[in-house]
Amino acid sequence: MTIRGKTWKFGDHINTDLILPGPVMLMPYDEQPRHVFAANRPGWVDEVGAGDVLIAGRNFGTGSGRPAARSLKVLGLSCLVAESINGLFFRNCVNYGFPAMECPGVSEAFEEGDGAEVDFAAFTVRNARTGQTLQGRRFPEMLLKIIEAGGIYPLMEAQGLLAEPNPETA
Amino acid sequence: MGMTMIEKILARAAGLPAVAPGDVVTVGVETAVVIDQNFMHNRMREPKRVWDPDKVVIMLDHIAPADTPMRANIHKAARKFAEKQGITQFHDVNGGLGICHQLVADYGYALPGSVLACVDSHTCSAGAFNCAARGIGHPEMAYVLATGRTWFPVVETVRYEFVSELPRVLNGKDVILHIANTYGDHAMQNVEFVGPGVAAMSMNTRRTIATMCAEISTEFAVFEADERCIEHVRSRSPDAAFEPQAADADAVYADVRTVDLGALEPLVAFPDTVVRNSRPVSEAANVRIDQAFIGSCANGTLDDFEAAATVLKGRKIARGTRLIVTPGSQAVLLEATRRGYVETLLEAGAVVTNSTCGACCGYSNGVLGAGEVCITASTRNFKGRMGSPEASIYLASPATVAASAVRGFIADPRDMM
Repeated sequence: MTIRGKTWKFGDHINTDLILPGPVMLMPYDEQPRHVFAANRPGWVDEVGAGDVLIAGRNFGTGSGRPAARSLKVLGLSCLVAESINGLFFRNCVNYGFPAMECPGVSEAFEEGDGAEVDFAAFTVRNARTGQTLQGRRFPEMLLKIIEAGGIYPLMEAQGLLAEPNPETA
Repeated sequence: MGMTMIEKILARAAGLPAVAPGDVVTVGVETAVVIDQNFMHNRMREPKRVWDPDKVVIMLDHIAPADTPMRANIHKAARKFAEKQGITQFHDVNGGLGICHQLVADYGYALPGSVLACVDSHTCSAGAFNCAARGIGHPEMAYVLATGRTWFPVVETVRYEFVSELPRVLNGKDVILHIANTYGDHAMQNVEFVGPGVAAMSMNTRRTIATMCAEISTEFAVFEADERCIEHVRSRSPDAAFEPQAADADAVYADVRTVDLGALEPLVAFPDTVVRNSRPVSEAANVRIDQAFIGSCANGTLDDFEAAATVLKGRKIARGTRLIVTPGSQAVLLEATRRGYVETLLEAGAVVTNSTCGACCGYSNGVLGAGEVCITASTRNFKGRMGSPEASIYLASPATVAASAVRGFIADPRDMM
C-alpha cells in the first residue's frame, strides 16, 4: 500500500482533546469531525482535502480512548506519519482502518505542503520536494491486514460476529 | 534472558514460555470492563454473543445519572445488553455506582498477574494491582467481547525504584508529576514500580500513580504485588485464583531510575500538557483561581477526601472561588461520610457531587467557562478538557487543590496540614 498526498504539519504531544474535544462527543456522530483541532487550528477542517497526509511530532494522540482516529479518517486524511504515536491512539488507527506509521525524523524532513509518498510495504516516507527518504518503524503484517481491511468491524462483519447497530443510540 | 514484570504477565496470558521487546503477542483477556461510552453512537458494535459473560463487567460512569434523553438511551442500551448477554456484574445508577477504575479497585476486579481491558485510557489504573490493564479502542472492545482475545506489542520497560517514604502532605499525584517532569513521555515503553518506598504506599496512592501513567503514554504500568496488594484483592475477591508476577533478577530494562520519595515537594502542572510542564507550587502561587476540583479516577479516593478534609477543617473556601468534590464511587462517598470528611467539606463551602467522571472529562458537574482558571486533582489539563478551550487548567494533588480553594490562589498545602 503506497499513499501519496499533500502534507499538513502538527507539533509534539497533540492530544485527543485537541483532535476531538469532549463536549463535541455529545453531538451527533456525523457532525463530530467538523470540530477537529477547533481549539489549536480553527478553520483547518475547511482546508484539509481528501487524500492529504498528516505529519506530526512526538507522542501524537496522547490522551483518551475516544474515536479521534475515526474523525481524522472521516475528514478524508489518507494517513498519519509521526515521530511517535501514543499506543492507544495507534490501536485506534489500526482498528478504525486509518493507516499510521511512526517515523523518527519526519518532523524535520517535511515542511507543510510538501508532497509525501508513504509506503506501507517498505515502511518508508519520501518527501517529493527534497527527494529525501526516511525509514519508518515496521509493525506486524497482522496489523497492516486489519488496516487494509478498513478496520476491525469489516473483518468481524465477515465472520458474522456483530449484531445490528442500535438505532436508539446511533 | 530474564523478563520484566509486564513481560511475565504477557507471556503467561499468551501461553508462551517467554516474550521479548519487538514481539506482538495475542493474549487472553481475563476481565473486560464495558462502560457507558461504549454504547454512545454505537462506538462499540455489539457482538452477537459475548465470549464469557462472567468475565465482563458493565459500569455506567462518564455521565451518571443521565442528564439528557440521549444519555438515558445509552444507559438503556447498556442495561439491555447486560440482560441479553447474561452479564450479572453490572454497576448501574445505584449503590454500586462509580468511575470504572475506582470500581475495579473497590470490587477487586483486577487480579494480580492477569490481563484487564477497558476502552478508557486510564485503565492502566489497575496496574496498582500487578495487573496488565490497558485502554483499548471501542471497535477493539467489540472484538474482545466476541472472542476474549486481543493483541499487545511487547515494548521495552523502564524500572522505577522508589526509596524512602512519601511525606504525608504529598500524594501520588506529586510523584507522577515529578516523573512526567523529569523524564518526559514514555511512548512505546512499559514502566514498573518497585522498591522499599512502595511498601508504605496505600493502594490509593499506588492507583493514583498507575492511573496517571496514561499521561506519560506508557503501554503498561505495573506495581509489584506485595502483601498489602494481595490482601486488598483477597478481601474483595475472596474466591478468585490469581498468580502475581515479579520481575526476574536478570530482567533487561531500557533504564532503571531511583525516585527518592522523601525529597519530593508539592508540584503543579501548568495548563495544556502534563509532560515536562510542572513546577514547585511556590512558582504558581500568584495564580488566582475560579474553581478547584477534586475527583476523577486518579484522585476521588478516600485518601483524597481525608487530605482535603485535613486542609479544610475549620477553614472556609475563599470568596469568589468554588470547590467541587466528586467521589470516585458511592462506596468512597459512603465511607467519607461515615468518617466525617463530607461534613467538613460541606462546612468549608465545598459542593460534593454524585460519583461520575463529571468535570474531569468536561461533561458535567463543574465544566469551565471561557477565561476561567481551575486547579484540579483530576487526570488531565489539556486545552478544552473541562469545557471551554479558553479556560486554564492547572493540575495538582488534592491537598494542593484544597489549600488553593481556601486562599483563592494556588497555594502550598504544607502551610495548612
